[in-house]
Amino acid sequence: MSRTVTTQRKMITTAAAWTIGLVIFFPIYWTILTSFKTEAQAINDPPLFFAFDWTLENYALVQERSDYMKFLWNSVIIAGGSTILGILVAIPAAWSMAFVPSRRTKDILLWMLSTKMLPAVGVLYPISLIFVEFNLLDTRGGLVVVLMLINLPIIVWMLYTYFKEIPGEILEAARMDGATLKEEILYVLTPMAIPGIASTILLNFILAWNEAFWTLNLTAANAAPLTAFIASYSSPEGLFFAKLSAASTMAITPILILGWFSQKQLVRGLTFGAVK
Amino acid sequence: MATKASRSAARFMIAPAVVLLLGWMLVPLIMTLWFSFTKYLPLRGDSIDRGLDWVGFANYGRFLSSSSFWPSVQTTLVMVGGVLLITLVLGILLAILLDQPMWGQGVVRILVIAPFFVMPTVSALVWKNMLMDPVNGIFAHLWRFFGAEPVAWLQDASLSSIIMIVSWQWLPFATLILLTAIQSLDSEQLEAAEMDGAPVLKRFWHIVLPHLARAITIVVLIQTIFLLSIFAEIFVTTGGAFGTRTLTYLIFQRVIDSQNIGLGSAGGVYAIILANIVAIFLMRIVGKNLDA
Amino acid sequence: MGQIQLKQVTKSFGDVQVIPPLDLTIQDGEFTVFVGPSGCGKSTLLRLIAGLEDITTGHIEIDGQDATDVVPAKRGLAMVFQSYALYPHMSVRKNIAFPLRMAKLDQAEITKRVERAASVLNLTDYLDRRPGQLSGGQRQRVAIGRAIVRDPAAFLFDEPLSNLDAALRVGMRLEISELHKRLETTMVYVTHDQVEAMTMADKIVVLQAGVIEQVGTPLELYHTPQNTFVAGFIGSPKMNLMTGEEAAKHNAHTIGVRPEHIDVVESGGQWQGTVGVAEHLGSDTFFHIHNTGLAETMTVRAIGDVNLKHGDTIHMTPRVSEIHRFGADGLRIE
Repeated sequence: MSRTVTTQRKMITTAAAWTIGLVIFFPIYWTILTSFKTEAQAINDPPLFFAFDWTLENYALVQERSDYMKFLWNSVIIAGGSTILGILVAIPAAWSMAFVPSRRTKDILLWMLSTKMLPAVGVLYPISLIFVEFNLLDTRGGLVVVLMLINLPIIVWMLYTYFKEIPGEILEAARMDGATLKEEILYVLTPMAIPGIASTILLNFILAWNEAFWTLNLTAANAAPLTAFIASYSSPEGLFFAKLSAASTMAITPILILGWFSQKQLVRGLTFGAVK
Repeated sequence: MATKASRSAARFMIAPAVVLLLGWMLVPLIMTLWFSFTKYLPLRGDSIDRGLDWVGFANYGRFLSSSSFWPSVQTTLVMVGGVLLITLVLGILLAILLDQPMWGQGVVRILVIAPFFVMPTVSALVWKNMLMDPVNGIFAHLWRFFGAEPVAWLQDASLSSIIMIVSWQWLPFATLILLTAIQSLDSEQLEAAEMDGAPVLKRFWHIVLPHLARAITIVVLIQTIFLLSIFAEIFVTTGGAFGTRTLTYLIFQRVIDSQNIGLGSAGGVYAIILANIVAIFLMRIVGKNLDA
Repeated sequence: MGQIQLKQVTKSFGDVQVIPPLDLTIQDGEFTVFVGPSGCGKSTLLRLIAGLEDITTGHIEIDGQDATDVVPAKRGLAMVFQSYALYPHMSVRKNIAFPLRMAKLDQAEITKRVERAASVLNLTDYLDRRPGQLSGGQRQRVAIGRAIVRDPAAFLFDEPLSNLDAALRVGMRLEISELHKRLETTMVYVTHDQVEAMTMADKIVVLQAGVIEQVGTPLELYHTPQNTFVAGFIGSPKMNLMTGEEAAKHNAHTIGVRPEHIDVVESGGQWQGTVGVAEHLGSDTFFHIHNTGLAETMTVRAIGDVNLKHGDTIHMTPRVSEIHRFGADGLRIE
């Protein structure tokens, strides 16, 4: 729009947008701020917005109480492992659907999406039984597989929409140049699709990181990731606001930062290309 | 681009994904279906090895006639409906606001999108304690500041509280999609309507809203699918008490707490059917997009 | 070596047969052009030779070896695509080196061959750029470079010049012709532009609806078109085709005379008409003529600048020896 906007109007919209933005962000801000207070300051009346003694003791206490690093490491392994495994399975599948489409391609894509709609609670017990049977309960490997499966449709879809934008002639050129299928995918398709693959990895890492049904129900002590770490704070124990804040801050910070990078892909990925 | 060699390669390459998802879908689904027709109480010694008693549709009948069923359906509908209403209305307003020229648009976008990336257990606990705690929560401070009696949110207004928490988590998603859709609106269309003398509200009603129709449908469908299976937010706040037991949570309790697998599985089948009804509509829309 | 033989080749997409049984031999070192209107199957035919599409029935032989079931990578052919199909994430050097890397040549040999190809194609200064930083003509040359480095048995060109502007197209046409003279490798070239076909080809294959209408040297096609389709397709401006009374005078169903074989005379010509549009090129003048009673419009070429305007009556005489006669089946009558 090439229309000039009056400064006054721009100031009003700026003020309104910033106010709303800060209100929406407030719970996160408040959590981060509280994590640096002492427990007494955390429940001070009136609430302390500044002028308190910044302390890192909560972070130390949280680590001491429940070994934050172990949960963090589990989260990284589970989210990272499931994403990478998913990408490895999805790249060949997306290649097939994008470059050798058949009459069934569309049906397969939609069917894959439909598996995502299966309510987890409906199949919780069978999955637990299978996990018990194969000794997967409370293992990272088991969760890696489950999270890979629940995110696989999104990964395939995202890669498919990115691959569709690559002209088929370039892959044919590679074939004429003597590349085998493996070389075609490795040296031509993958490097060309790097931006798309990166955003797919990012978004699915976030989704896996925040997944809170299977991670809560299929883990106990060994493989529990940060979702379970935080859930352990659900029953209050004395003064614990500052510690809860520190734990929460540690659980969300890595993903918040990744999330801000991936906000554009979020729309495309989660709407399966229906909104661009 | 399609030779026999490439077609057989394509089948070979798509196979792992298809086989994995097929297994992931069919195995537990068939087991759930099977359990739903049996008496399966592991605590009373029932097990697959010893053979389960076939009870026909008894579990389905019992699940429907249980006193918790209809309240849980009502809770589910109120929760899903409430969250959809709040996120859509606020989402549209926010998207229009963010589409206006302003200073620091990128930063505001980052602030608004942030809640979506907070893991559900964290947002539920932060809201429950830091904001909604009747003694030390920010809301309690605010209420007292204005001379009002603080509210015990998660006891006295439990369902509304959960709706508020979940709306906060999903508002960014709705806003982001609607904003993307608004930005694709041809500004000449709006200018033409302005030349034709349409006032702001009419322009919104006749041009902006129809343009957003598709994005709104997508938001509704995708959120519905996720909201139907809301779990962690209830798990760490009320544990299903105070009228916050949704269908998902009821099934969870039947399976895990009371260890009545047959009954829980019948409930699971209902939930699957419910989700599929929504899914079919979503598929239609996404499928249409595939042809375009 | 690079002899390509198609034996009873057909191609169907589903139930639709786009290429009925077809036989064709392309001799080693020959510059063969497939020409025809869009949708005539010329690109499909090229892709069949390349192996990018399966043939439905029949055989393809390359240098006497059956290549019907050989994958594209193993046919020893190189292809230049309409969109150039350069690898956008690789430098020019890497683009050109790609086929050699795939052939697992050692690095010294690859460097040597890439530099040689680059110098032949005047690309030496651009070797470290990305395709996105090059002009259309330069991209075209990179695509050709990628094709020539590995000494293929034959080059396949799929409408390589159609994305270039007119001036560049003439230049590239000459470059490709010169390249052929120098390399003496078989080239198969697809175009819808009959001017490209006439100027570049040793042998032209005219296709329509998947059927070969005529195969011959450019001048054979010009002088002795075997049917009305070839007669109308080859030559610019198009041949004037007439049916009815005038054709009957020559014992034919249809007769054809090229615009350059009709003389404009002051008066008393065999045919008369009204000038519609006169195109003055200086060296020649083309008249588009109405109301001749012979065909809807006729085109005539006069040498030099002839001063006739819109609406003037024009008198013409065809050169009898240059009249082509065709039967009711469209085939040439000798």
